[in-house]
Amino acid sequence: MSIEAKEIFKPRIVAFCCNWCSYAGADLAGSSRLTYPADVKIIRVPCSCRVNPMFILRAFEKGADGVILCGCHPGDCHYTSGNYYARRRMTLLFSMLEFIGVEQGRTRVEWVSAAEGAKFSRTMNEFAEKIYSLGKNVRLEDLRCRN
Amino acid sequence: MYKMKIENMNALFRTISGTQDLITPIRSAGQTNFGLWTEEASVDLHTLKTAKSGKDAFFPQSENLYTCLRKGQRLTIEPEALRERPFTVFGMRACDVRGVEVLDRVFLAEPVDTFYAARRSHGTIVALACHEPEESCFCQVFGTDCAEACADVTVWMVGDMLYWKELTEKGIALTETVGALLEGADAADEAALNVEKEAIRRITEQLPYTGLSLEGWGRDATDVKFHSPVWEMLYHPCLACGTCTFVCPTCQCYDIKDYDTGHGVQRYRCWDSCMYSDFTMMAHGNNRTSQMQRFRQRFMHKLVYFPENNEGMYSCVGCGRCVEKCPEGLNIVKVIKAFAPEGGERNG
Amino acid sequence: MQELRDRVKALLMDGTVDRVLGWKAGDLPYNPEAAYFETPESLTEFIYDGFCGANLSKMMIEASKLEGRTLVCLKPCDTYSFNQLLTEHHVDRNKAYIIGVACKGKLDIEKIHAFGIKGIRRIRGSEADVASGILQFETIYGEKSCAYADAMLERCHVCKGKEHRIYDELIGESKETKDADRFAQVEQIEAMSPDKRFAYFQKELSKCIRCNACRNVCPACSCRKCVFDSTRFDSAQKANVDSFEEKMFHIIRAFHVAGRCTDCGECSRVCPQGIPLHLFNRKFIKDINAFYGEFQAGEDIDVRGPLVSYALDDRKPGQTAERG
Repeated sequence: MSIEAKEIFKPRIVAFCCNWCSYAGADLAGSSRLTYPADVKIIRVPCSCRVNPMFILRAFEKGADGVILCGCHPGDCHYTSGNYYARRRMTLLFSMLEFIGVEQGRTRVEWVSAAEGAKFSRTMNEFAEKIYSLGKNVRLEDLRCRN
Repeated sequence: MYKMKIENMNALFRTISGTQDLITPIRSAGQTNFGLWTEEASVDLHTLKTAKSGKDAFFPQSENLYTCLRKGQRLTIEPEALRERPFTVFGMRACDVRGVEVLDRVFLAEPVDTFYAARRSHGTIVALACHEPEESCFCQVFGTDCAEACADVTVWMVGDMLYWKELTEKGIALTETVGALLEGADAADEAALNVEKEAIRRITEQLPYTGLSLEGWGRDATDVKFHSPVWEMLYHPCLACGTCTFVCPTCQCYDIKDYDTGHGVQRYRCWDSCMYSDFTMMAHGNNRTSQMQRFRQRFMHKLVYFPENNEGMYSCVGCGRCVEKCPEGLNIVKVIKAFAPEGGERNG
Repeated sequence: MQELRDRVKALLMDGTVDRVLGWKAGDLPYNPEAAYFETPESLTEFIYDGFCGANLSKMMIEASKLEGRTLVCLKPCDTYSFNQLLTEHHVDRNKAYIIGVACKGKLDIEKIHAFGIKGIRRIRGSEADVASGILQFETIYGEKSCAYADAMLERCHVCKGKEHRIYDELIGESKETKDADRFAQVEQIEAMSPDKRFAYFQKELSKCIRCNACRNVCPACSCRKCVFDSTRFDSAQKANVDSFEEKMFHIIRAFHVAGRCTDCGECSRVCPQGIPLHLFNRKFIKDINAFYGEFQAGEDIDVRGPLVSYALDDRKPGQTAERG
């Protein structure tokens, strides 16, 4: 008799969170004892528009299975308009990823304010669920980074 | 010499790939490049020039040298294994075979490049004669006869017949492998082949670049050529892209880089181009600071420095890929002509 | 062509311009190169024919740094690129004297070779002022011919129009060559399943040799130092190591010029491996048109591009799929 070592898929998710709203939202989720999957690794950025397309692709390259970008709600950007620019950029990038055949849903943008701890937790749970259902990212991975 | 019906080509490939890897020109997404033969691959022996030369088989565009792995507190270093499985490159042209000879001068000279040497000793080259040379060809300028390449085996495709001539020990070994498919050629075949060879040679006599003269190039030309004002006039259209370098059968410069895999480091080498601004970049910066200097370097290396160090052997083989592929219509022939004493005679 | 050469010569001789940026005859019938002409005598080598496909507007960045005025020959589609460079302050309008040259579609030697026409010695019908519609080749292997339109670059089949967007004077009569829909190829790919799309791009991009010709020729790629040339960036530009590298390079290359790309088609023209690189750029253009309103970069000067502006009610990223 032997115990088969089953490979359990543990998605790796990168969440870029803007310093002023979403990161504070994540904080609130934590202090309110709301849970979200430990697979989500948060990277704090000064503003959602700090995230350029290369960041997203690089995250996938290094083994992420899903990438989510969180910023202030439109109109609430600490720098007035950063998230508006980010919105256009990400719209085009996500559309391009879909165009080259990457599964839809591996990338997402969500607006989370500092007061929305519950939304942050809900969003991350949903997103992790989605990535779990999509499975491992193989279309945008660099084989050299495979463990 | 042997012969075989061309319709048996697939059987030939199947037999070769039974004992080793087989690399042939393969058409994929509208382009023909050398690649690993499989049953599904669409072999293309009619395209005269593959987009990239066949040098990849011996000197791949990127190859791993070693890998460092981190596991907890432990670091291990795994060198990349040397090539052990034999392989055959089928369908290289005479110019590309000459290109491999140029690479040999660089990589097999002391200190020997072990990765290259391993591939070279396990690789057999089957060269294919050029039945329809094109206007960009000028191999005869460097003394290459495209009607009769000097490789391990040379083959010709005349009518529905493939003629097969083994020239080296590796060639004899490969001939034995596929012996069941070949039959001995007789005097009539020899005669037919000679007619074909003469026809090819007659065509090469008519090519636009046939009369190209290398006078003034080669050894001892460094001072005169290096300081010439002609370079300043020539380089303008150059985009500083690496097309000419990467399609060239003799360009041999490479860069060594580390790649962070997240759990270790892979050290790999990849082709580099002297057209790039970070070529041979050092801590103090770059010793060639303008595109004119980089442009000059490429042609000086091929036509002056290399012959200087290799008994007059040029590191251009006249395959004409740069003539065809340069996005801006620049090429080594234009450079050679621009220096002609009578001032660049024009063709056509 | 003679009219153009005479006019250029006159402008050079009367001192209106200090140099001419045009094309110099090649050593084969189809490989002219971009060149500066500084003396009237050197203009004997000046040429303008169907193979003068190179977009000279990017060379005006360098020419703008030279003393005096440069005469530049621009085709209708090149003027879009020039306008875009002008909008971005990369070129100096006062240092340019633009002659809008006529265009009846530019030729692709790769296509001609693909027809099996080789050993070319002479080509008739490629001259700028001949309108026979047939190309005739004198080759080592006999006389060959093909229709002019069949040998045209892909970009000419989806031509933006024969109107020059900026010029000082016009010479010659252009011809409309558009006979296909610009976004048809993109739509065709969009209609495929994700697996097919992935396989398609994987196959096309695996040919990439990372020569950077597409980037270096692009008039919109005008950064002094490219991110892919940075020594601090570990996905080095030269490596052709993993299929991901190519995807990253081509997505980022196209993204960096999104909203600024005039669709001049130079990237696809120069690719030594024949990768349809314009598809990336056109996908972005198509999306921009659909999401933010019709926009043609380089149509006018001093217009804010779609990625440096925004609207309060822009769509949310990821909604693209729902539009069907």
